[in-house]
Amino acid sequence: MKVMNCPLNGPRNISEFAWGGEVKPMPDPASVDDKAWADWLFLENNEAGVVREWWCHVPTSFWFIAERNTVTDEILKTYPAGDVFNARVEFSKKAENK
Amino acid sequence: MSDINRLPAPFGRLIDRNQPVSFEFEGRTITGFKGDTIASALCANDQWMISRSFKYHRPRGVLTMAGQDANTLVQLAEEPNCLADKYPARNGLKVRAQNYFGSFDNDMARVVELVHRFLPVGFYYKTFNEKRNSWKFWEPIVRAMTGLGAIDPKADFHESYYDKQYLFADVAVIGGGPAGLAAARAAAEAGAEVILIEENAAVGGSLGYARFDAEGLRAPALLQELSPEGVKNLNIMTGAICSGVFSDNWIPVIKGNRFYKLRAKSIVVATGSIEQPAVFRNNDLPGVMMASAAQRLIRLYGVRPGRSAVILAANDDAYGAALDLIEAGVAVNAIADLRPTLSSSPLVAAVKARGIAVHAGHGVSEALYTRKSHISGAVIAPVSGEGALGAGGFNAPCDLILMSVGFSPAGQLLHHAGAKFGYCRDSHMFQPVSLPANVQAAGSVNNVYDLDAVIADGKRAGLAAAKDAGCQVGAIPAAPTERGHVGRTHPWPIFPHARGFDFVDFDEDLKYHDLINGIADGYDNVELLKRYSTVGMGPSQGRHSAVTSVRVVSRETGTDIANMNVTTQRPPYTPEKFGHLAGRVFDPERRTAMHHRHLELGAQMMPAGVWWRPAYYGAKSARSTVIAAEVKAVRENVGLIDVSTLGGLDVRGRDDDEFLNRMYTFSYTKQPVGRSRYVLMTDNSGVITDDGVACRFHDEHFYVTATTSGVDVVYRQMLFWNAQWRLDVDVANVTAALCGVNIAGPKSRAVLQKVCTDIDLSAEAFPYMGVKTGTVAGIPARLMRVGFVGELGYEIHVPAGYGEALWDALLEAGKPEGIKPFGVEAQRVLRLEKGHIIVSQDTDGLTNVWEADMPWALAKTKPFFVGGRSTEILAKTKLVRKLVGFTLKNAADPCPEECHLVLKGEEIVGRITSAVNSPSLGKVVGLAYVHADDAAPGSEFTIKVDGGRRITGVVTKYPFYDPENKRQEM
Repeated sequence: MKVMNCPLNGPRNISEFAWGGEVKPMPDPASVDDKAWADWLFLENNEAGVVREWWCHVPTSFWFIAERNTVTDEILKTYPAGDVFNARVEFSKKAENK
Repeated sequence: MSDINRLPAPFGRLIDRNQPVSFEFEGRTITGFKGDTIASALCANDQWMISRSFKYHRPRGVLTMAGQDANTLVQLAEEPNCLADKYPARNGLKVRAQNYFGSFDNDMARVVELVHRFLPVGFYYKTFNEKRNSWKFWEPIVRAMTGLGAIDPKADFHESYYDKQYLFADVAVIGGGPAGLAAARAAAEAGAEVILIEENAAVGGSLGYARFDAEGLRAPALLQELSPEGVKNLNIMTGAICSGVFSDNWIPVIKGNRFYKLRAKSIVVATGSIEQPAVFRNNDLPGVMMASAAQRLIRLYGVRPGRSAVILAANDDAYGAALDLIEAGVAVNAIADLRPTLSSSPLVAAVKARGIAVHAGHGVSEALYTRKSHISGAVIAPVSGEGALGAGGFNAPCDLILMSVGFSPAGQLLHHAGAKFGYCRDSHMFQPVSLPANVQAAGSVNNVYDLDAVIADGKRAGLAAAKDAGCQVGAIPAAPTERGHVGRTHPWPIFPHARGFDFVDFDEDLKYHDLINGIADGYDNVELLKRYSTVGMGPSQGRHSAVTSVRVVSRETGTDIANMNVTTQRPPYTPEKFGHLAGRVFDPERRTAMHHRHLELGAQMMPAGVWWRPAYYGAKSARSTVIAAEVKAVRENVGLIDVSTLGGLDVRGRDDDEFLNRMYTFSYTKQPVGRSRYVLMTDNSGVITDDGVACRFHDEHFYVTATTSGVDVVYRQMLFWNAQWRLDVDVANVTAALCGVNIAGPKSRAVLQKVCTDIDLSAEAFPYMGVKTGTVAGIPARLMRVGFVGELGYEIHVPAGYGEALWDALLEAGKPEGIKPFGVEAQRVLRLEKGHIIVSQDTDGLTNVWEADMPWALAKTKPFFVGGRSTEILAKTKLVRKLVGFTLKNAADPCPEECHLVLKGEEIVGRITSAVNSPSLGKVVGLAYVHADDAAPGSEFTIKVDGGRRITGVVTKYPFYDPENKRQEM
């Protein structure tokens, strides 16, 4: 079993973690068209190489970001989400014709 | 004395002569000592034939005495396929041989070998690929003939206790021979926490049985010197098998009935090497064994391996074995050394000084027998070329032939870890050529054989592993240059015989020509040949046949052996029992603070996720009347239910309302303090995932409830989204911190008033959907007026430690009113009469807001909520099903059950999600998915109930009970 280094809890068995999907920016729901929304929602890149993913340490529900190489099965680094998401996110008002 | 081959002390390091044991083998009484294996005791009793072979039912005996071969698999009463050379001899064991018909000594099926020419290599493929029907004819024959031991389903099995344990170490050293001992000591002395895992009962490895000098003094001296006893930081596990190496040094270790999961920062694999057999005619019969097997019998168990011996040699180790035989009183009649000239080793000189006949440039072409159960001689002949013996052979009488022609690394665990092996032309052996990070190899598995070099290599590996584990160590010494690996292993100890029975694989009864024929059939790659011929696929997994296969394929195909490798070795290294893998069953369960009160009241408990909840209070035999009475109590009087399992989340902070706006479908910005509001959660694709209520206790504090089974996921999702949004909120899962009850029914206010004096409970001051904090029976409480069961009622949530006190106080206060505890079953009836959905019962993994007919729960103006964009898109797609309330057209029809199908014509369009024969309404009511075209009230649809019967449902508006919701708003 692999070991993953949780930025909050240190190295733990991989069975303590849950995968949360690729880190990919959400398109603005107020302006994105249906198809682009569905693509963002349902399609993953499945890259052979270094990917950036959400992972959660389940016992503590701590979310963080991991970079790993899907070819060599190496976890390259893990860091708190705040390193990337460091500003408050606002959503724009919907267009009036909805 | 029956144990006529037992040698006196100091032979027999492992046996305790003060503790005799006796057991039965094939009806014969065998005596031995504690510390004996089944096989060593049998040999001591002159019982050399231990089992019969898999295919030809040939007699087989001790080969390795190391638990590495399938020759000694025996049947115990409760357990088949036990390694007799590993399994401890115990009083009362009933041991039988395997693979024979009729009697063990006169197996009727040994005639199979007379027709061996008609059982060609690839028999299964050749017989069954073209003529598949012939399996019907062959199956019973094949199944009866082969297949090792048998499980007796009628045997008196008794449950065994198995469990698991986690272990951690800086450095794990696998193998307690000289390399492993040196490594473990070096790592421990460098400050690492070390675990040394040794398969055998005692550490020492070859130091315990082999001879490294003519006088035989080095091994015992080193055993003392390297002893790990008392070394700080060094823990020793003996009798423990490491069965694999997985990612990041995750190591399963089996010891007895316990399965350890060991995590080590770094490991040293010091698993040694496996002595290899030579190929000659009848090399499989009892009396032919590895030189190391004879030395193990002598030194470890005090058993004389024979009376007179011939040794087939290709290295100096053979001469150490010869000296051991002489010491043990075995006459060494001849040594046939495959090497053209003898070495100048003192061991050779010592043997020659004892007048032993040594024939340089000679090999053994055949083992002779009078009765096949034991050999009676060897044919020694001069080597005339690679794999060829010439004329001029002679017979040497003996009852023991030792093979000392070479080794192969026990590299399985290194393979598991991801090491690469390559062929070493100097030593004619494979060796590790690259190792993964944090894995070291030491000793003979690392192609190091000279004893001083082995110890130096162990020290080097131990220090390197300690450094890998983060210890401060000085310079790591270089690998030893004089490895002593050359001259240990003969490049071609393979002497096929014109009359056959020259075995390459003892497990699978494969002879030299089976390999040649397999290659001729086109399987000219070791991986293909393995699968076609089954070479290396038996219980010993190629330990003695893999290298020979590679050599044969190399020569037959003209491929340079340096470009080849042995077949891939995968875990487990040794068989793991189901018991080890299963261990103990751990089903975590949660109990509420009032659990014992429910039991005292005679509740039937039922699982709800990991929780236990009271289903109803009363005897199972009275189930339906008890539930109906509980429903009646709530509708007409007052009832009390434990709702502690409900999820609870405290959302605090300046952005609390904005956060809920984004997480749930409704709007919370304008929700006043002191009020609650329904919450419905959808995921990003618009599927309904949870519901509950959000209670605002403060401008910056919502207490949000979630479903029992959903709260953990809701909590995780909340944290996931706010990891990105960075809103000013803190979310705490307080499910376990609080417990709660719902006191419900027309008289609930009257009862509660008696114990809750600091809150005005009047309808005006504390209306439906109101929330307040105060005390109940002196306990600090959060109170909520909710309507899940559709009557006047209060949910009271208090710190979990007060659960029983709250329960007792309310039951006591309600005595005059006749308060009645009610369970989950009654609650399900009550909520269904009100048409409240239960997420995950009335919804599934596809249900969206439109299908659930809940667009009223959508806020119209807010910019975003999770699932909002998808819900918009779904609004534009045609609905195929819809959740509706229903009753039955014909009152006499049976109440449908959950998941009974809803049909439109013959097409399945939906299912019943909840249905109950309502005691309050006197008819069946329920919820169901029906075709979207049939969802209008009054529409009829077909339900397929038990037995295929069809009944008609009628879509009905809900709530079924008290449609104006007057009762809950009293």
